[in-house]
Amino acid sequence: MMDAIKFVYTVPGDDFSAAGQASADLKSKLKTMGVDPKSLRNIAISLYEGEINLAIHAGGGQITVLVYPDKVQMFLDDEGPGIADIPLAMTEGYSGASDAVRSLGFGAGMGLPNMKKYTDEFDIQSTVGQGTHIKMAVYLKD
Amino acid sequence: MKTYTHSVTLDKDLCQGCINCIKRCPTEAIRVREGKAYIISERCIDCGECIRVCPHHAKKAVYNTLADYTGYKHLVALPAPSLYAQFNNLKDPAPVLAGLLKIGFDSFFEVAKAAELISRATGKIWDKMPKPVISSACPAVVKLIKVRFPRLVDHVLPLVSPMELAARLAKKEVMEKTGLKKEEIGCIFISPCPAKITEINNPIGSKNSSVDGAVAMKDIYPLLLGAMKDISQPPDITAGALGVSWAAGGGESEGIGNTDNYLACDGIENVIRVLEELEDRRFSNIDFVELNACPGGCVGGVLTVENPYIAKTKLKNLGKYMPKSLNSLGKSIPTEMLWDTNLEYSPVFELQGDRIQRFMAYSRLEELLAGLPGLDCGFCGAPTCRCFADDVIRGKAKKSDCVVIMRRQMDEIKSIPE
Ligand SMILES: Nc1ncnc2c1ncn2[C@@H]1O[C@H](COP(=O)(O)OP(=O)(O)OP(=O)(O)O)[C@@H](O)[C@H]1O
Ligand code: SF4
Ligand SMILES: [Mg+2]
Repeated sequence: MMDAIKFVYTVPGDDFSAAGQASADLKSKLKTMGVDPKSLRNIAISLYEGEINLAIHAGGGQITVLVYPDKVQMFLDDEGPGIADIPLAMTEGYSGASDAVRSLGFGAGMGLPNMKKYTDEFDIQSTVGQGTHIKMAVYLKD
Repeated sequence: MKTYTHSVTLDKDLCQGCINCIKRCPTEAIRVREGKAYIISERCIDCGECIRVCPHHAKKAVYNTLADYTGYKHLVALPAPSLYAQFNNLKDPAPVLAGLLKIGFDSFFEVAKAAELISRATGKIWDKMPKPVISSACPAVVKLIKVRFPRLVDHVLPLVSPMELAARLAKKEVMEKTGLKKEEIGCIFISPCPAKITEINNPIGSKNSSVDGAVAMKDIYPLLLGAMKDISQPPDITAGALGVSWAAGGGESEGIGNTDNYLACDGIENVIRVLEELEDRRFSNIDFVELNACPGGCVGGVLTVENPYIAKTKLKNLGKYMPKSLNSLGKSIPTEMLWDTNLEYSPVFELQGDRIQRFMAYSRLEELLAGLPGLDCGFCGAPTCRCFADDVIRGKAKKSDCVVIMRRQMDEIKSIPE
């Protein structure tokens, strides 16, 4: 198997204006690589949602991306508050966001469901008080 | 194949080989080689940004002067609406139109009139389009979408530009009135920008343009200033405030009438940001997107005279006294308003080859980049280290063009004991 190309991004927890930078950066790189437009969109959408969640709900975190010829894997790791009820958090429309966050236009409760919907592999592990770990993958087409 | 001709070019004698333009080009289309800048044709969108920033005025728009258009029996002026915003104290565009007739044109066809018709046609094509609909009026933006945003190509409004429509209608009108043949009539656009001039040679959505040439607004301006004095019988205006308002960002959106949910954005960097987010479907509830490459809209075009923001105010004042609109369409959209050629994505920024080859090439790019200093100094002639690495991978530059690498190599040679 060919060596993966690795990108690492740190997402700050206190800077909303920086949110979205990692997914934008990855998107432009994958565009140069000529990733098919549909996969590219799926990657950009799911990573963007994950990135925003890191910034808003987890006080920041880290994104690791591994690019293979046939898939792109994305790992989102944080040491935030964790999620007590994962099935509930995964429900469309459920949001634990504060009013302050909602006033910024986030908090529709669509982030996690969309991450699952737009990826080919999705796994979430979380421990309250310790953090959340998400692993996603999108398969690339010709 | 017809080659793509740009109207932005370089005056080699004036170019000092500095890096102002390569750093500011939004599509990384300029490199400095052997002390002179050059433009990579497939990447250039003719936005005119390099003309704006070049301190030596070496970047120019190529266009003709009025005196060059001698081969026609009848010359029609196609004034862009932004022309009206260049003058003080106008109550309507009539004095400008009268001026055009005095400086050598036999007639005029207001592009603002064509713009009003396009607003009407947009309303009619509306239901068939995926949302958001993206305006196709600014050729720099359309070219940008064509080379960088494959997923947005279908959202671009498939109607010809107001300039093109004006020429088509003007030809018909003059042919009927005078009995002249099509070739005997010259339709000359009074342009605020190089992008529009390029559009004449490389039409969007059709194979050939009915526009026969263009002159720069800033060249016509002094002639008009003189000619606009002592006008006894100004002609009737043919467009209202709606058409004229297209000259500034937001004007086109206001005229659509199908939705209030529009986004109007100007300035090429802002435009790129919006397109990126549109591509990721981040504005789910927006119906129409108007994008103008120039700050403030066409009033900010590089071939205009007036400060764009002052021009915007003048435009607003002008609109106050004018009728709202003077043009309407019948039930269906006439074919001359529709594109007959689809917009197709041309992947000029992507690495070539099959999926594996592209992956390998990209892998080498990252590896090479990791060994570069990361200073983005521009000495290699590329705007950034990443862009330079990209050039090397494509065989367009040599690794030793990087001064830091070159020096490292020299040091290694020197350190070898004799
Ligand atoms: N990394 C995380 N750490 C802690 N809690 C999280 C994390 N990610 C999501 N959550 C919780 O799960 C809920 C649902 O997340 P989801 O992304 O689906 O919706 P949202 O962020 O509230 O709204 P939207 O993403 O639509 O703006 C969040 O409101 C939050 O309470
Ligand atoms: S905004 Fe108007 S003036 Fe500027 S490039 Fe586009 S069409 Fe030309
Ligand atoms: Mg979310």
